[in-house]
Amino acid sequence: MGVRTWIESWPVYRQLTGDDPTGRGAAAKSPESARRTPRTATADTVVKSVCPYCAVGCGQQVYVEDGRVTQIEGDPDSPVSRGRLCPKGAASLQLTTGPAREQHALYRRPYGSRWERIDLVTAMDMIADRVIEARRQGWQWEVDGARTRRTLGLAALGGATLDNEENYLIKKLFTALGAVQIENQARI
Amino acid sequence: MAECHPVGFQWVMEAKARGAKVVHVDPRFTRTSALADLHVPLRAGSDIAFLGGLIHHVLARGKYFREYVLAYTNAAVILNEDFRDTEDLAGVFSGLDREGRSYDNASWQYAGMEVQAASGERDKEYDRRTGGERSVSESGRGEAHGSGGAPLGGGEPRRDETLTDPRCVFQVLRRHYARYTPELVEEVCGVPPELFRQICDLVTENSGRDRTTAFAYAVGWTQHTVGVQYIRAASILQTLLGNIGRPGGGILALRGHASIQGSTDIPTLFNLLPGYIPMPHAHRGEDLDTFVAAEAPRKGYWGHMRAYLVSLLKAYWGDAATEENDFCFDYLPRLTGSHSTYETVHAQLDGVCKGYLLIGENPAVGSAGAKLQRLGMARLDWLVVRDFSLIESATWWQDGPEIATGELRTEDIGTEVFFLPAAAHTEKDGSFTNTQRMLQWHHQAVEPPGDARSDLWFTYHLGRLVKAKLAASDTERDRPVRDLTWDYPTKDGTAYGEPDAEAVLAEINGRDAHGRPLSSYEQLAPDGSTSCGCWIYCGVHADGVNQAARRRPGREQNWVAGEWGWAWPANRRILYNRASADPDGRPWSARKALVWWDAERGTWTGHDVPDFRAGTPPGHRPPPDATGADALTGSDAFIMQADGKAWLYAPAGVVDGPLPTHYEPQESPFTNPLHPQQRNPVRHLLPPHPDDRFHPVGRERGADVFPYVATTYRLTEHHTAGGMSRWLPYLAELQPEFFCEVSPELAAERGLEHTGWATVVTARGVIEARVLVTDRMVPLTVQGRRVHQVGLPYHWGPNGYTTGDAANELLHLSLDPNTHIQETKAFTCDIRPGRRPRGPAAAALVADCRRRAGIDEHTGREP
Repeated sequence: MGVRTWIESWPVYRQLTGDDPTGRGAAAKSPESARRTPRTATADTVVKSVCPYCAVGCGQQVYVEDGRVTQIEGDPDSPVSRGRLCPKGAASLQLTTGPAREQHALYRRPYGSRWERIDLVTAMDMIADRVIEARRQGWQWEVDGARTRRTLGLAALGGATLDNEENYLIKKLFTALGAVQIENQARI
Repeated sequence: MAECHPVGFQWVMEAKARGAKVVHVDPRFTRTSALADLHVPLRAGSDIAFLGGLIHHVLARGKYFREYVLAYTNAAVILNEDFRDTEDLAGVFSGLDREGRSYDNASWQYAGMEVQAASGERDKEYDRRTGGERSVSESGRGEAHGSGGAPLGGGEPRRDETLTDPRCVFQVLRRHYARYTPELVEEVCGVPPELFRQICDLVTENSGRDRTTAFAYAVGWTQHTVGVQYIRAASILQTLLGNIGRPGGGILALRGHASIQGSTDIPTLFNLLPGYIPMPHAHRGEDLDTFVAAEAPRKGYWGHMRAYLVSLLKAYWGDAATEENDFCFDYLPRLTGSHSTYETVHAQLDGVCKGYLLIGENPAVGSAGAKLQRLGMARLDWLVVRDFSLIESATWWQDGPEIATGELRTEDIGTEVFFLPAAAHTEKDGSFTNTQRMLQWHHQAVEPPGDARSDLWFTYHLGRLVKAKLAASDTERDRPVRDLTWDYPTKDGTAYGEPDAEAVLAEINGRDAHGRPLSSYEQLAPDGSTSCGCWIYCGVHADGVNQAARRRPGREQNWVAGEWGWAWPANRRILYNRASADPDGRPWSARKALVWWDAERGTWTGHDVPDFRAGTPPGHRPPPDATGADALTGSDAFIMQADGKAWLYAPAGVVDGPLPTHYEPQESPFTNPLHPQQRNPVRHLLPPHPDDRFHPVGRERGADVFPYVATTYRLTEHHTAGGMSRWLPYLAELQPEFFCEVSPELAAERGLEHTGWATVVTARGVIEARVLVTDRMVPLTVQGRRVHQVGLPYHWGPNGYTTGDAANELLHLSLDPNTHIQETKAFTCDIRPGRRPRGPAAAALVADCRRRAGIDEHTGREP
């Protein structure tokens, strides 16, 4: 490194001589930062999305590199949010890729004291059997002489964080099963 | 709004920068108050008195928008002579059945005719409209019916255009709110008259031809035993001022989940079918025709309910749904009273409900009476939890509060628990409906990790497996499952592949007899030739194009931005926007123009999509025998309503009264000063349970054991019950600990130290929290007494990176009778310094408080 380069690497020199007199921009930038490129610049694809938290519906851009989500930013195109995200929305990279996400299907036996891993397809088959049996046990053709054609044997709660398409299938399936105790956060 | 919807709040700040005045009415001083022109602290649970005071001001000073009111509301309509107001009957309306905790609303109707509501509890009209029998109901509440009543309605209501007839809605309204003076507002809300007058002036000076005022509420307004009546009170005020259907006006519900609007439109709710079609109640001999006759009005778009319902049944059951079998109407399960989430908990405790699926929801922390939620789950045969992490609702059997107190033992709990990890929004395609009814599509970016799958995947494959297992069954019970259309393509074509979400959206949108996508609900037919999974979403897949995925940048569009996403219905961004023009179809003012009649072209036009039939001219008078949308006049702006008018007074649909009246919350330190009726007489109470007791109130013995008002709320950095925030290190660090907010005065009174610990106790539970002593909590003077309020964010629970007690441990189950939503925004409590007891001593403390207050299963349950 020559003397000139050495002097010019001082932030205070750059602040005094450059076009960043307050020292909050280029003058304060280290060579290390200058060499780096943002994850958003190297992403393979940018996928349009919507923030999953509150119902404002801020636009998000999801940056993907090598099949992994590397960054989530606000979408400046959105007339709702104009590129902004709140602390929750800005943390959604951690929500979607953080280590706290459980990645295995788990099973707790009746009276058991711990979780066990369970094969996902096996779990689905067991759940289907239990849905059929609870439905049968709670079945009511009528109440006080009026036809009800329903079951009170099973219930579902949840939907406000889901997609419309998911809610549609839940309501459709459980209505056909005769389940009426289908609820979500809208009432809570 | 700045706290919970910060990015939406940028538009409030834009408006402020252009000169708008921002008023924040809230018991607490928040980030919103900090940016408002005026913060108005009031006592939690007193909003109807506050809004009623504004209504009184508008009526007494003649500040209402008379032309708007005459043209677009039911102000001029003459009411049934049997109607008696709360002012006549010491705080209750005519038709109250105290024993049955319900109203017969026959006397609330218009004189000489009967109208059906466009929403709410429409089954109340069943017997009058069909000559059939009342609903079978286990509790009678909300479903009970009187006999007789007004004859089935034809024709138009009688009106007095001078608004002077003593029985017209306008005069009834005037008398109803005559006592809601600034002095009463002070006595109930603790808002001084001079402050209240400022708000009256701000609101009325900013309403009229040239100006509009908007009300925004976070859904805390709904969390009261009179929650629907809170919104109704705002509706009355906004309608009187001409602020509905106009730009810059309205009542904006700021909802708190990405698709909570969507999950109401396409409901995972017990009392609704998609598009707000009511779920049928059990009646003897009910078929499709009697259901439609009972629920659908003659006039307006709800007059076409049969077309919407038959199209839904065709979407559900396809070719199996025929004219001959009533389009499988009989396949629909029927209700007997409420089957809300809280009834479900009691059904679990009673051993009736044996299986439970939790799909992205955490009731062990997030629901009122959290202990009851866990006790209910401990009685199940099986539980399925689908979430990102091991939330409290998945682990209560292992480490829940009842394990700590010894009330439950892990080895005694027989519930089988499945935890299935869920895919994130970045890992699946689908649409969210935001709080302004706009659908926005999010695209899949990556595959979900490990066993994580979308809820679409889970539901589709569960349905596929159940159908396969029942395929050989020949019982009548299984026919609705066997006949269900369930053939969605998977993206990779494999047996356990991810279903194609857009194929589901296409079914929701609907198809004609040839399988082509529909473009408007106007195309839906009552004869089975169309199918549509949700009639108000019809058009979201018009021309086979995913309209919800449209993303023309906002900067390239006008201020309505109609080419971003798709809003129901028909991509209209402001509902009832016909009212933005005068009866002749001209904008009320150039400044507030939105849609208008173009006489040359013979069509409605404007910045937004007109919420009106495009070719119906302003002066249109329908023939007397017209029905449905054809029966609307050219100035019936409120096209969903049975009379085409905005309802200042609700003759049907609201179970607890046609007009909002101030009642005290279930729990209150005060006696109702307005009338002898302390609480909403038809509020919805769950059956008594030892862990769900109510406090004495007002001057009753024992009320002083719980002398403070408490209210729960959210913070910017966390999300509801914490399942999507407490597991994130960033958010845990930003808001690391559960706390309670108290005023310096209350801190001194109770010896609470800033950053120290406090124990908060009710008859339901005890929790501890860090103390935040702050001037933001303003003590109020109500009925000459000092009242303190305790603020409790409700995000915490024992799991995750940031842990703490759940505020919902303190809550009871006294609900709004229309919506069955709990009263989490106003209850009473005690607060004392120090940490709460551990182990069995925690339950003992709660029991001691109950004993000292003299609480038993009858306390607080009187009508």
